[in-house]
Amino acid sequence: MIKNVTLCSLVILTLSVATAFAAGGEGYVEDYEFSFEGPFGTYDQNQLQRGFQVYNEVCASCHGLKYVPLRTLADPDGLGLPDEQVRAYASDLEIYDPVIDDYRARKPSDPFPDSALETAPDLSVMAKARAGFHGPYGLGLNQLFKGTGGAEYIASLLTHYTGEEKEEAGAILYENETFSGGYISMAPPLWEDAVEYADGTLATEEQMAKDVAAFLMWAAEPKMMARKQAGFNGVLLLAILSVLLYLTNKRLWAPVKRKGVT
Amino acid sequence: MSGIPHDHYVPKSKLENWLHTRLPVIGLIHSTMTIPTPKNLNWMWIWGIVLMFCLVLQIVTGVVLVMHYTPHTDMAFASIEHIMRNVNGGHMLRYLHMNGASLFFLAVYLHIFRGLYYGSYKAPREITWIIGMLIYLMMMGTAFMGYVLPWGQMSFWGATVITGLFGAIPFIGDSVQTWLLGGPAVDNAALNRFFSLHYLLPFIIFGLVIVHVWAFHTTGNNNPIGVEVRRKSKEEAARDTLPFWPYFVIKDVFALAVILVGFWAVVGFMPNYLGHPDNYIEANPLVTPAHIVPEWYFLPFYAILRAFDGDVWVVIAVSWLTGGIIDAKFFGVLAMFGSIVVMALAPWLDTSSVRSGRFRPMFKWWFWLFIINFVVLTWVGARPAEGIYPYIALLGSAYWFIFFLVILPLLGVIEKPDQQPETIEDDFNAHYPERRSDSAPEGTPIPSPAE
Repeated sequence: MIKNVTLCSLVILTLSVATAFAAGGEGYVEDYEFSFEGPFGTYDQNQLQRGFQVYNEVCASCHGLKYVPLRTLADPDGLGLPDEQVRAYASDLEIYDPVIDDYRARKPSDPFPDSALETAPDLSVMAKARAGFHGPYGLGLNQLFKGTGGAEYIASLLTHYTGEEKEEAGAILYENETFSGGYISMAPPLWEDAVEYADGTLATEEQMAKDVAAFLMWAAEPKMMARKQAGFNGVLLLAILSVLLYLTNKRLWAPVKRKGVT
Repeated sequence: MSGIPHDHYVPKSKLENWLHTRLPVIGLIHSTMTIPTPKNLNWMWIWGIVLMFCLVLQIVTGVVLVMHYTPHTDMAFASIEHIMRNVNGGHMLRYLHMNGASLFFLAVYLHIFRGLYYGSYKAPREITWIIGMLIYLMMMGTAFMGYVLPWGQMSFWGATVITGLFGAIPFIGDSVQTWLLGGPAVDNAALNRFFSLHYLLPFIIFGLVIVHVWAFHTTGNNNPIGVEVRRKSKEEAARDTLPFWPYFVIKDVFALAVILVGFWAVVGFMPNYLGHPDNYIEANPLVTPAHIVPEWYFLPFYAILRAFDGDVWVVIAVSWLTGGIIDAKFFGVLAMFGSIVVMALAPWLDTSSVRSGRFRPMFKWWFWLFIINFVVLTWVGARPAEGIYPYIALLGSAYWFIFFLVILPLLGVIEKPDQQPETIEDDFNAHYPERRSDSAPEGTPIPSPAE
């Protein structure tokens, strides 16, 4: 019986592997390296600032970040921009204030604007919403080695346009290897030297894509560094507590188990 | 409280006596903490404490999260982001609450399977088992409704699919579904009642937990050999048992600390690992996600729900016999709820006179196959219903029912159990043989173990 069951499951497993290969479907995501991967990974402040520049000069014309408060641009664990710079950036943006029934300049306590283009999704938590690497076979092991996949998805999407386009219902769609379905309505947003980095980094397409992906990861998970720090502290403390409790337990039970008190 | 003979609380001071004659609360705590516990309990008996911890963790973090959450379809998603970004420690609270649910279910499954293996459900512990199953059902309800609250895509579509199950009930289904949702579809009314119930149910669970503990404190714990504690005299009972405090409290707390190392690592380093990314997209009734998947702890039952589609001959036969009243959809719903009902009926389906699986050579194999099957169902529940997956799900679902309805009743008849030890003391001594001749009389705990 056991033999039969084993055989049966082996056959099933082999078949499922075959179908999984055949299924495919999901878009291609390149496993870019990011500084924030792994349990000790941190944000690269320079990269976040570069990414913010790309976001601001390219993405922001259509997309919004409505859940991200402007003041968090000054967070030392994130971009760490000086307060004056944040205030200046905020005041260039307008917001409708129902109290005065008029538009006014934004304050650091206000959030980033909503998407300017109705069809452009808000990017506040996009890096978490596009998490991937759920394979192999839905077991989720890839995430342990490759990272959560959200930032990788964004960077891949921005760099994997094929150059082909088609017209559908009066709108032009652009072929993209990462986007599910293969055609996206967003025109290729990046080109060589689309922005001029202040720190002298070469603004290649891939560089900008990775930088803005890192920035959007920060936008989605601004407390990541504090969280990992808390995780590290907690694991350490609980491990010490476990050792102490192990010794307590051992000593407590020793006479009962007749091992003699050491 | 316990039927095992042991020392009872005697008030020592005047004040204690005054209190004891009015409200015997110290006596209650005393008898709970000193309850004689079989001394051969192994490491699978620690999940109860872990579960207790989870319940308290979920209530404490939940109560604080509620202070910042807004149960409204227009604001729920934004209020979660508010918690994540603006509330002091809010991101940790939410991640603890999210992953706390996963630890809760991991622990409850191990707790249930421990009970299955060691026959903890058998007489006289049927009530404990039934109460436990009720707690488990309420946990599922609570977790499901909690998952709806962030109002992400999976929240919305999960709620739509699961409440749709009630719509499959013949004749009255649509009315029941509308009544549950407070409207024709999942909307603000549904969100509000789910929020209300998500807050209420944990406290009902808390009450049931007290009954659960009360029940097994009355019968005494089961133990790995399934042989009852001797109860003829206090001395005999004392040779089989140790007081709960300090022996099992310290052991359980040690195990809890080790488990929390892992839990804390998940919360700190990969808090979204067990969640679904689509729930970071705000609910949109116009866009259906490619795959609607519940949280991992529902997947085995989701697999059973989906396994019985219209192509399965049992479903076709039942549908034909009932004149179409039980269609494929309703059959799936019945199978899903039935899978938990048959588990709850285990005390009456298991005909073996031997309690512990340790002495049941055939049961062992079927039990481990049941566990493997459970893992496979969990995995297949998250796979798309295409290709080979529906067949695996069907096979696994069938085994679930065969295990409870055929194997458990049959094994009692055909199986020849192994020899069991006479007493718990014998079992314990076999594990820890006497080393020195001058050691203390066996089983005597040291008077002040902390020294």
